[in-house]
Amino acid sequence: MPFNILVLACLLYVALLFVLAAWAEGKSGRGGAGILRSPLIYPLSLSIYCTAWTFYGAVGNAARSGLEFITIYLGPTLVFVGWWWVLRKLVRIGRVQRVTSIADLLSSRFGKSNLLGILVTLIAVTAATPYIALQLQSVTQSFGVFANQTPEVWTLEGRGGAAVWVAAGLALFTILFGTRNLASNEQHHGIVIAIAFEAVVKLAALLAVGVYVVFVLGGGPSAVAARIAAVDLDSWQPDPSRWTALICVSAAAIITLPRMFQVMVVENIDETHLARASWAFPAYLFLMSLFILPIAVVGMEKLPNANPDMLVLTLPLTQGQGALAMLAFLGGFSSATSMVIVETIALATMLSNHIIMPLWIWARPRAALRSDLRAWVLRARRLSIIGVLALGLGYFHLSGGSGALAAIGLIAFVGMAQVLPAVLGGIFWRGASGVGAVMGMVAGLVIWAYTLFLPSFGVGAALPAFVFDEGLFGLSWLRPNALFGSEGMDPLVHSIFWSWAVNITLFCLGSLFTFPGPVERVQGAAFVNVFDEELAAERLGWVQGQAEPEALLNMAQRIIGEDFAISLFEEAARSQGKQGYLPDLTPDFLANLERRMAGNVGAATAHAMISQLFGRAMVTVEDLMAVASETAQILEYSTRLEHQQEEVSRTARALREANEKLTAISVQKDAFLGQISHELRTPMTSIRAFSEILTEDGLPAEKVAEFGRVIHAEAARLTRLLDDLLDLSVLENGTVQLTIGTARLGTMIDRALAAASQTRAERHFDIQREPFDEEIYLRTDEGRLVQVFINLISNARKYCEANHPKLRIAVRQKGARVVVDFIDNGAGIPKDQQGIIFEKFARLSDTAAVGGAGLGLAICREIMATLGGTVTYLPGQKGAAFRVSIPLRIGQST
Amino acid sequence: MPQRRQPLFLARASYRKRRLRDGARLLPIFGALVLCMPLFWPSTSAQIVAHWLFVFGAWAGLIGLAGALSRGLSDADTSSREQGDISPALPPRDDLDEL
Repeated sequence: MPFNILVLACLLYVALLFVLAAWAEGKSGRGGAGILRSPLIYPLSLSIYCTAWTFYGAVGNAARSGLEFITIYLGPTLVFVGWWWVLRKLVRIGRVQRVTSIADLLSSRFGKSNLLGILVTLIAVTAATPYIALQLQSVTQSFGVFANQTPEVWTLEGRGGAAVWVAAGLALFTILFGTRNLASNEQHHGIVIAIAFEAVVKLAALLAVGVYVVFVLGGGPSAVAARIAAVDLDSWQPDPSRWTALICVSAAAIITLPRMFQVMVVENIDETHLARASWAFPAYLFLMSLFILPIAVVGMEKLPNANPDMLVLTLPLTQGQGALAMLAFLGGFSSATSMVIVETIALATMLSNHIIMPLWIWARPRAALRSDLRAWVLRARRLSIIGVLALGLGYFHLSGGSGALAAIGLIAFVGMAQVLPAVLGGIFWRGASGVGAVMGMVAGLVIWAYTLFLPSFGVGAALPAFVFDEGLFGLSWLRPNALFGSEGMDPLVHSIFWSWAVNITLFCLGSLFTFPGPVERVQGAAFVNVFDEELAAERLGWVQGQAEPEALLNMAQRIIGEDFAISLFEEAARSQGKQGYLPDLTPDFLANLERRMAGNVGAATAHAMISQLFGRAMVTVEDLMAVASETAQILEYSTRLEHQQEEVSRTARALREANEKLTAISVQKDAFLGQISHELRTPMTSIRAFSEILTEDGLPAEKVAEFGRVIHAEAARLTRLLDDLLDLSVLENGTVQLTIGTARLGTMIDRALAAASQTRAERHFDIQREPFDEEIYLRTDEGRLVQVFINLISNARKYCEANHPKLRIAVRQKGARVVVDFIDNGAGIPKDQQGIIFEKFARLSDTAAVGGAGLGLAICREIMATLGGTVTYLPGQKGAAFRVSIPLRIGQST
Repeated sequence: MPQRRQPLFLARASYRKRRLRDGARLLPIFGALVLCMPLFWPSTSAQIVAHWLFVFGAWAGLIGLAGALSRGLSDADTSSREQGDISPALPPRDDLDEL
C-alpha cells in the first residue's frame, strides 16, 4: 500500500472532519441543533475515553498481561452504570453552577479559591502532557508502519516531522472550532459532532479488524477460543491487587480526566442524555474490547516478533488487506486526534481561566477594565492551545517516542486521580474544606510523582539510582517502590495505594480542623444539596426544567408592566418570525428582557429571577450578595427620600402658614386703609363744605363765627385722629419711649377721672371707689397708664346709656400684679362683639360716635402690652366691664 | 419545631419510582462484586476463556440492567413532570427521604 495514498486519505479524512465541524457549528449557530440534540451524540462523544492508547495499546496490553486490559473499561462501566450516584450530581452541578472545567468545579466548590484552580490545572497539564505525547507517538508510529512496515527502521527525524505536522494540524483545528467564540457555557458543537463521527470510525475500524481476525485469520470463535486456552504465560494470571486497583483508578479517571469532564459535564446539553449514556457508553466500551484478546492472541501467533502495540495495524497489512489496514489506520488516527482536540480545549480553558487571565488582570489592572476582555480571553485560549500541544510535542521529542503505550496512560490516570477525593468529598460532604483539598492533593501529587511519574523515566534518569536502592536521604522507608516498608507491591498498585491513602487522610484531617469562609460554606451547601430543591419541588408537583415563555411573560408583566411586557414579547416573537406573543427563549431575547427588568428591580435581582425560571442555573452566592447590596442601596435611598419628603412637607406647611398670615395682614391693611380714609374723609368733607360757604359773600357774622367753630372742631378731630394713629403706630412698632417712675394708683385714677370728665361733661356719673385699696405704688409709665384709664372712663361716659349711670372702679392686688376693673351699669357689649372691640376702628355703632375714631381700645391694648400688662373685657358684670392688669414693677412678668 | 408532615406511605407509582432509584444505586455495587469474582477462581491458562466469557457476560448483563433502569427512571421522570400545576410555595427543606 503506497505511503502517498495513505497521506492523501488522511488529508481527505481531516478535510471531512473540518467540513463536518463547520457544518455543525453553522447549524447550531442558526438555532437548529437537531442532530446535536440526538441522544446518540452524547455517548459517542464520551468515547474520547478510548484514545490511541485503547485502539493500539489495549492489544499490546492484552498481549503482555492477558485479561487485565479489560479493567481499564470495567471501571468506567461501573461509574456509568452507577450514574445515579456521582455523574448525575456532577452534571447537575455543572449546569447549575456553570462549571467550565474540573479545575473550575473544585475552585467554585471550595469558595472560588483560585489556588485550587491553579493546582488542579497544574496537575491536569502535568498528567496530560505525556498523554498527548502518547497520542502523537501513536500517530507517527502508525505512519511508520505504513512507511516501512517495521517502525524501527523509520528514522527518528521522520517521526519527529510527522509529529510536528500532526500537532500543527490539531492546533489549527482546535483553535478554529474550539475558540470560534466565547460561549458562556463553553460548549463546542462543531467539535462534539466531529468527535462523535470519529467515535463511529474507530469503533467500526476495530470491529472490522476483529471480525477479520476472528473469522478469517482465526477460523471462527471456537478455534480462537482454543488458541487462547493454549497460550501459556505466567503474566496472564490476573493479579487481584492490580485488578481491583486498575478498576478503581480507571473509574476515578473517567470522572476526573479533563477531557472526560469536558464532554460529560460541560458539553452536556440535556441531562436526560446521561440516563441513556449509562448503558450506551458501557456498551460502546464493551464492543471496543470485544475483539482485543483474540486480536492479541492471533497476532502474537502470526507475527511473534512484531510490536504488540501496533498489531491492529500490522496484522491486516501483512495479510495484504490494504483497505482494512487503511480503515484501522483511520480508526487509530481518529482515536488520537479526538482525544488531543478535546484534552487541549479542556486544558486551554483551565489555563486561560485560572492562570493566564488572573495573571494578566493582576499585571495590568487598568487595561483589564478598559479593553475588551473577550478578545483577551480568546487570545489566551489560543495561546494555551498552542502551548499545550507544544508541551506534548516537547515531551514526545524528549522521551524519544519510547516506552510502552499503556504505561504512560496509566501514569497519567493515577496523577489525575489525585483530584478525585476532593471532587467526591466536595459533592457529598458539606464539611469538606478547601484547605483539606489542597493539602490532600499536594501530598497525593508528591507521592505520585515520587513513586510513579519520576521512576517512569527509568532508574537513574529523573531519580538517581541510589534513591531506588537506599531511599531518599538514605531512609529505607522512603524508597520510591517501597514506601513505609511496603515491599513486594506492584509499583502501580503501590503508588495508587499510598497516594490515595495520604491524600484522603490529609483531605479529611484538613477539613476536620479548619473553618471555611462564608462563600465556601454556602457553595458547599449548594453543591451537596443540589437535588434538594428538585426533591421538594417534586412533592409539590412543581414543574421542573426550562422556563416556558408563558411563565416568563407572567413574571415580566409583574415587573415591567402588562402592556410593556406584552409588546416586548410580541416584538421579539415577530423578529423571530413567529406569530403571537410567545417568542423562543433565545439568549438575545433573555438578555434584552433581563436588561429591561434590571431597570426596574436591579441587575442582580433580574438575573436571579430569570435564572430561576430559565434553565436550572441557580442563584449563586455572588448573585445573592449583589441582590442584598442592591436592596440595601434601595432601602437607604428610600429612607433618604422619606427624610426629604418630611422636610419638604414641613417647609410647605411653614410656607402655607406664612402665606395665610401675609394674606390676613394684607386684608387687615386694606381694611385699615379703608377705615383711615373714611375717618379722615368725614371731617374733611365738612371742613371743605363749611369753608366753601365762608367764601360766599354776604354771610351774617354770627354764621361766619358758627361755621368757623365747626371747621375748628373738625380740624381738631382730624388732629386727634392723626395723633392717635401716630401713637398706635409708635406703640405697635415697639419704638415707644417709656418714662418709668413710681406712682400711686389712686392719684393716677384721680387724674384720669378729672381728664375724662370733659367727655359728655353734661352727664353726671356716680363714681364708686375704694380709696383704701388704691393705696398701691406702681413702678410704671404713669402717663401711659393714665391714658388707658382715661380711655376706659371716657368710653363708659360715652356709651353707658343708663338713666343713673354708675361707674365702679375696683382695685385688687393679686400677687405681683394689680387688677383694676372699670364696671358701668350700661347695656354692656353683646357677646359676639366682645372679640373685636380691641381691633382698630371697631366701633359698635356710628350713632354713638362722639369724637372718637375707634382707635382708643386698640391703643389701650398696645399700651398695656408695652407696660407688661393686659386689658380685657370682663363679661357677666351686668354692664360693660374692662379689667386692666398691671405688674407692680414693670419688667416683672408675673 | 412545627413542620408540615408528609404522608407516611406513598402512592404505588411513586413507590415504584423510589425503588427504581434504589436499584440504580445498588447496581454499581453489585456490578463491582460480580466483576471481582474471577479473582477468587483458580486461574490456569485453560481457565482464561472461561474468565473471558464470564467477564463479558457479566458486562453485557450490567449493560442490560442499566438500560432497563435508565428507561424506567426517565419514564418516571417525565411522568412526575406531567402531574400537578405550578405552585410557587417554598419547598420545605426537611424530611426529604421518607418512604
